[in-house]
Amino acid sequence: MSFRLPARSLFRPKVAPDQSVLAENAKLIESIERRRVLKGTLSLGALTFLTGCNISDRDSVQAFLRTISSFNDRVQSLLFDPNRLAPTYSVSQVVKPPRFNAYYEIERVKPIDLKGWNLELAGLILDKRPWSLEQIYAFPEQEEIIKHICVEGWDYIGQWSGPNLKQFLTKIGADLTAKYVVFHCNDNYTECLDMPSALHPQTILATKYAGEPITDPFGFPLRLRTAVKIGFKNAKWIRAIEVTNDYVEGFWEKQGFNWFSGI
Amino acid sequence: MITDTDPRGEKRTRRMHPLPLRIMHWINAISMILMVMSGWKIYNDEVIFGFLHFPDEITLGIWAQHALQWHFFIMWILMLNGLCYLAYGIFTGRFRRMLLPIRLREIIQEVVAALTFRLKHTDLTHYNAVQKLLYLGVILIIILQVVTGIAIWKPVQFSGVIALFGDFQGARLAHFLGMAAIVLFVLVHVSLALLVPKTILAMLTGGPRVSRRAAENADTHR
Repeated sequence: MSFRLPARSLFRPKVAPDQSVLAENAKLIESIERRRVLKGTLSLGALTFLTGCNISDRDSVQAFLRTISSFNDRVQSLLFDPNRLAPTYSVSQVVKPPRFNAYYEIERVKPIDLKGWNLELAGLILDKRPWSLEQIYAFPEQEEIIKHICVEGWDYIGQWSGPNLKQFLTKIGADLTAKYVVFHCNDNYTECLDMPSALHPQTILATKYAGEPITDPFGFPLRLRTAVKIGFKNAKWIRAIEVTNDYVEGFWEKQGFNWFSGI
Repeated sequence: MITDTDPRGEKRTRRMHPLPLRIMHWINAISMILMVMSGWKIYNDEVIFGFLHFPDEITLGIWAQHALQWHFFIMWILMLNGLCYLAYGIFTGRFRRMLLPIRLREIIQEVVAALTFRLKHTDLTHYNAVQKLLYLGVILIIILQVVTGIAIWKPVQFSGVIALFGDFQGARLAHFLGMAAIVLFVLVHVSLALLVPKTILAMLTGGPRVSRRAAENADTHR
């Protein structure tokens, strides 16, 4: 019996590679579990079944789209005219009760217990003493009949009244050159407004709807109502107001909604 | 064979669809599809017609916020590309040459011819009256779509535009109907292109060469 030596391949090195690296890492090589490799290939196979997956699932796409969204924030703040007033409507057009919106259903609204309730103030504010509801009611009231436009596409006309936010911020000695006004709410909701929108003449801290105190589902005792922002920017059940230069990401912004959301 | 260049070295012929136009056409096609798909997802959150919901398979974005992100990204591409296209069409004289004039009699004749299967489509380089009407129409509808889109994006800043459509919901309905018109156009446009595949090839490779001078003469004789 004879066997032929294979012809020397052009690709075969003349000197055999150093095998010592295998010996040195023998333990590591042994620890590779074949079962795990098999399992891995199975999950890889399973992944291919997820055809329903949208490409915006991917983190990089999401990061890119959020960058564009931030760019759109800047465009919107340029488009925003602080002196332009939103259309107002007549009392006969007011929808009663207002339309509910929150990140949960109306049945899950937790009414605020007024006992010990105070509006807290924080950040770049000179007089940070909390405000009682009586003090807020005693503040000069502004009424506005404006349209609430939801990011989903629906709208309704509502009649809101309460302290004008600019007057309120001035009264408490807030730094009006700060970048943001942040609202912290009782349901752990947070919203962050740019200062120019907060100072708009049609931005108020609403305590009443159609002349009556706001009811529980709509933000009792205190909520924001601004005519220049999409609905979700209007924080309800406000418990604290913070003036700051540090951006605070709001509830819906964390989910990917646009921050400026001006209308 | 006609030479491509005259003694002065200038090109005497060029493609029916020059390269910039083809690039703009396909950018527009892709961005329009993405706008429509993301728009359907946004619509689904608050439908205008109770019977109409767009299935997730044909929408873009996992949730409405992702659809909004897409919509407000692609809008820039659509707008910038559209502005380039309009500038190109106006300043090269292409719109005047290819889309005008539109005569009612020709439209009627060609619709009748099409319905009796006698419509000829031998010369790609000249649009018939129905084509002219559809192309010009869809350009105007896309412009209107941008206007209603900006209006419902900024209904307070552009409350004057909103007033043209009654109210916010009126402008929203107009934006929806604009979408419907564009989708209808795409269906007709794509089916007709599939019937005459060389038109698709022309939009990819440029199509037949046309004489530059003939085109210019056609302009001055009109």
